[in-house]
Amino acid sequence: MGPLAGTRVVEIAHERVAWAGKLLAELGADVVVVEPPGGSVQRSYGPFVDDVPDPERSLWWWHYHTSKQGVVLDLTTPEGRAGLHRLVATADVVLEGEVPGTFAVTGHDRLVHCSVTPFGSDDPRSVEPSVDLTILAAGPVWMCGYDDHSLPPVRGGGNQGFHTASHFAVMGVLTALLAREVTGAGQHVDVSAFAAANVTTEVGTYGWLIAGMEVFRQTGRHAGATLSMPTQLRCADGRYVNSGLVPRSGKDFSLMLQWLDSTGFGQEFPLRFLMELGTEKGIIKGADFLEDPMLQEIVASARELQAFLAERLSAYEFFRTAQQHGVTAGVIYSPEEVLEDPHFVARGWPVRVEHEELGRTVTYPGQPYRFTATPWELRSRAPRIGEHQHLVGEA
Amino acid sequence: MEGNASGHRGALGHLRICDLSGQLAGAGATRFLAAFGAQVVRIEDPVTLGLWDIVRQMPPLIDGDRTHDGGSGFLNHNVEKLGITLNLRTERGKELLRDLVRVSDAVTENFAAGVMERLGFGYEDLKALKPDIVYVSNCGFGHTGPYSRFKSWGPIAQAVSGMTFQSGLPDREPAGWGYSYMDHTGAYMMGIALLSALYHRARTGEGQWVDLSCTEAGASLNGPAILDATVNGRPLRRPGMPNSNRSASPAMAPHGVYPAAEDDAWLVLACRDDDDWARLAPVLGLDEPGWSSSAGRLADQDRLDASLAAWTRSRPRDAAVAAVRGAGVPVAPVLRPSERSEEPSNLAWGLWPTAVHARHGARRVDGVPVHLSATDWRIERAGPMLGQDNERVLCGLLGVSADELEELRATGVI
Repeated sequence: MGPLAGTRVVEIAHERVAWAGKLLAELGADVVVVEPPGGSVQRSYGPFVDDVPDPERSLWWWHYHTSKQGVVLDLTTPEGRAGLHRLVATADVVLEGEVPGTFAVTGHDRLVHCSVTPFGSDDPRSVEPSVDLTILAAGPVWMCGYDDHSLPPVRGGGNQGFHTASHFAVMGVLTALLAREVTGAGQHVDVSAFAAANVTTEVGTYGWLIAGMEVFRQTGRHAGATLSMPTQLRCADGRYVNSGLVPRSGKDFSLMLQWLDSTGFGQEFPLRFLMELGTEKGIIKGADFLEDPMLQEIVASARELQAFLAERLSAYEFFRTAQQHGVTAGVIYSPEEVLEDPHFVARGWPVRVEHEELGRTVTYPGQPYRFTATPWELRSRAPRIGEHQHLVGEA
Repeated sequence: MEGNASGHRGALGHLRICDLSGQLAGAGATRFLAAFGAQVVRIEDPVTLGLWDIVRQMPPLIDGDRTHDGGSGFLNHNVEKLGITLNLRTERGKELLRDLVRVSDAVTENFAAGVMERLGFGYEDLKALKPDIVYVSNCGFGHTGPYSRFKSWGPIAQAVSGMTFQSGLPDREPAGWGYSYMDHTGAYMMGIALLSALYHRARTGEGQWVDLSCTEAGASLNGPAILDATVNGRPLRRPGMPNSNRSASPAMAPHGVYPAAEDDAWLVLACRDDDDWARLAPVLGLDEPGWSSSAGRLADQDRLDASLAAWTRSRPRDAAVAAVRGAGVPVAPVLRPSERSEEPSNLAWGLWPTAVHARHGARRVDGVPVHLSATDWRIERAGPMLGQDNERVLCGLLGVSADELEELRATGVI
């Protein structure tokens, strides 16, 4: 059982809180997701099983609502609102994606009532239409893209604006639950998705606020005030790696040489003598670097070495052999490729989930964290429409 | 001695965190708790001037301060934390850390796997000192498995988790993330792990260890794409993909980032459904019958996007945004940092509180995008100078005498 076992959560189905509800459910909370008649609009989000659009075949719904139970309530009717009231009366937490009042949630003294809205519950713009893209536009989007600024900036995929808002929602709910252990009282947890995106840009905000530095986007690496050296390399199999940084200490150069030699291409690398000179250097500081042309050649030789090996190794072999010699690098996997990776497999990350209704067993993404005493658990597939209607009880 | 560095108690004033974490992946987690009043005591190494945490001295520097107290990131990531130095190579330094653990509710760290065990401060060691301690570790690949010794920072975790690949335009190399999204997000996941383990402890008295792999945390953020592969056999690595300015899940068209008339100025807009399009099309002056249905627009996105871009490119950004907003369609300008620092909704939220740094004075920093109605956060003090709170914590909390404090300084223990 997870660390939140016994905690009761009512989630009023909304794309902005779906991930928050899943995180709570897989930490052990009992989460009931409330849908309108016919099912949540999220059930119309593709892709679909076998590309057949159907409310029970939405892979969005499947992913974001695992480990939850589902009921249907028409919150436009008195009966539906009474049903919601009964659910909330015994709940510790309500999660909703609109400004409080929209769904007529009646609270109680111990209730932690969390709303995730575009701009916060008091901002009139929170009722304007909004999608993940508009949330991310004022923040992350400016910082992502390519060196070529005739290309548009890029929104990172996967609805990360919703995810970031949900991460803050869960931290806020847990904080309110911990406070309730002391005070006995619940409270409102007000999350602004826009604000969440705005404080999730690393140097983008504090560089400007503290140091007056404005950044611009660069291909596959940190946005910055000045153009930095590329960090992505195309490897022999056409796939990319993040090559990591260039070495700065004699030890760093030694590790890179050991890596080179381990590949069997050690004697073919033409700039080997420069790398060997590098092993004799101490830490290379910016100031020394600018004044010493030989240092610049030595550092350039390390970049050449990365490019030399990228031409000869697959992206995965580049990553594995570098890291085995203490050189930091990363293979750039497509999301599904982690499922076959030996490390993810060894740690049991992919999870198999029964879909008895289709006679299939499906592999899902696994746990973000490992609790030793109260394990994370993906407990069940997402609910079918109204599958747990008995939870609403009688009027 | 309770509350955060400013003495604010908020929601979590009853909790104390012994914090060996740093950089952003660790510091970003305990930052949230400190803002809500937890007493977070950061332990740094006096011998290396705390520079294991590279953001201590990383540009952009505050007013050109090139010392270990000049990094703007450190000032930002460590607001409301107390900062002490302990030389863990010395027996007295280790003793003082043990004393601190005995009066703490949780220990946090984000060293490479194995470092804490080698120092003698692994979970089993600390559990022997305090049986109900919550201990949360965050590293690139987790503490077990074939890559547990591999090194990582944000962009590496993003690469291996699939996060880099899924951000980009078709037939180009990945655009990735222009900042360490997985340092931030690893920190949020670490905060969730820490708070939920503390909640379990508050109700049952049981502590535990949590092993967080930043790469696994990142891989969990691409669910629909992964299920499309495992259920439908359709990998995201395929011709024409990814195109993350478009939206496949949910499917929307148009959905993109479009140019405005000014140099390097952009706006985003999306139509969630046919009603959105029906309101937008007259604004744009587009009346192609084939585009009235979502299926028709999704099948013709290249032409659709070209038509939209032709319209947006001929207008100033804010005028284009206003016209689309008037139609009730999701739209937003792509804001630069200098713009969003003055953005009205952010200012109304109080998103950029002013925090005071002992050397550099008052600075605006990142606030918290969550307000609690009864026990809210407060941020008033910036990240600590190296060892700034040695006397306050060692004498005020651990009972070190004034004489001994001098001796600890003289002998290099702090």
